[in-house]
Amino acid sequence: MILGCALLGLYLAVLLRRPSTLPRWPRRRLAAWVVGVLVVAVALSPPLADLARLDHRAHMVQHLLLGMYAPIVLVFSAPVTLLLGTLRPADARLLARGLRSPPVRTLTHPVTAAVLSVGGLFALYLTPLYGLTQVHAGVHGLVLAHLLLAGYVYTWSIAGPDPAPHRPGLLTRVAVLVLAAGSHAFLARLLHAQAVRGADHHSGHGGTQADADGASMATAAQWMYYGGDGAEILLAVMLFSWWYQSPYSSRRRSHTSLTVG
Amino acid sequence: MTHDERSDHGLDHRRSVWVAALIGVGVMAAVDEIVFHQILAWHHFYDRSTSDVALLSDGLLHAAELVALVAGIFLMADLSRRQALSWPSAWGGFLLGAGGFQLFDGIVTHKVLQLHQVRYDVDLLPYDLAWNLAGGALLVFGVILVARAGRSLRRTSGDHVRHED
Repeated sequence: MILGCALLGLYLAVLLRRPSTLPRWPRRRLAAWVVGVLVVAVALSPPLADLARLDHRAHMVQHLLLGMYAPIVLVFSAPVTLLLGTLRPADARLLARGLRSPPVRTLTHPVTAAVLSVGGLFALYLTPLYGLTQVHAGVHGLVLAHLLLAGYVYTWSIAGPDPAPHRPGLLTRVAVLVLAAGSHAFLARLLHAQAVRGADHHSGHGGTQADADGASMATAAQWMYYGGDGAEILLAVMLFSWWYQSPYSSRRRSHTSLTVG
Repeated sequence: MTHDERSDHGLDHRRSVWVAALIGVGVMAAVDEIVFHQILAWHHFYDRSTSDVALLSDGLLHAAELVALVAGIFLMADLSRRQALSWPSAWGGFLLGAGGFQLFDGIVTHKVLQLHQVRYDVDLLPYDLAWNLAGGALLVFGVILVARAGRSLRRTSGDHVRHED
């Protein structure tokens, strides 16, 4: 709640200080920020957050909203572009230089960002970390923050209106998108398979609690699979609509390489 | 701009075919997902005989199919905007992609990777035959349409046009 208000206030404050000499800030960008903050607020809201500690399905909804859907809408609202317009020229130059600095460039490269985002999920679900998040609130909070931030950086590295110096060409980004979304789908299927195999193993032992847990995990894994599809499609649309709108001459390179490939 | 102006009418046969084939793959994958997984529930999400490697290949293929659909639509919109889209070639390409996917799905997904079967608790053979023959028929039909569209484009653009690929 506090986080939501702060994020909303920050964007509005920057927007209100926007010099009148610049073109009007598009309403859809502001709307995207509001929706994005709302999605984060819903994901962290007490009812869902409490349920997420008990039920894998609620956890999955939280994960999908924070890790994929909120970042997509927030990236669409172009906060960096807004900030660059409002800052004094000297500060804006400083920020732009910061964005081009080697550490930031490495971090916002699609490959790094995808490893941090999707790779983080493998670390979460295939190690005891997931169990730890269910008993330790602090660890859980850190994992949620990582989901949102890594999801944001990954989305930004693939597409979106904000400047992203040294974003690689279309083909590289498409390849990273397929690999990242493919790994996400693989992890979802793997978790589903583990839940089903676990349930097979338990059945006959009369563990109804374990059965219910396994069933909830199997459903959650399916939601992860199909939820990932939706986010992948949105991201692909963002990427290709950018390509479609960019001037023909500037995309000659990716154009021809696409024809060859 | 040379490769777009290879013929008098400006239609790009080759690109129309493969861009539409991407859409064909994506549409057939979506039909498979919506009709056979969701509506009929013939295909199972998980088959107990599937290996983890098969799950990985499925994840990657699935992600690629979705991107193929989105990419195909934007690439085709771009062709159409440049008035380089040849509809007969595109229809051929679409069937080529759809049939190719159906056949690939029937042989690789169902048989090689064994992700799931067409249907469960029935005699599989007629289902497998129908599945793969339907795919094969679409594929052959697509090849015929593509060849025919290519021939007619070459005829109308005159014999003097060089093909530089």
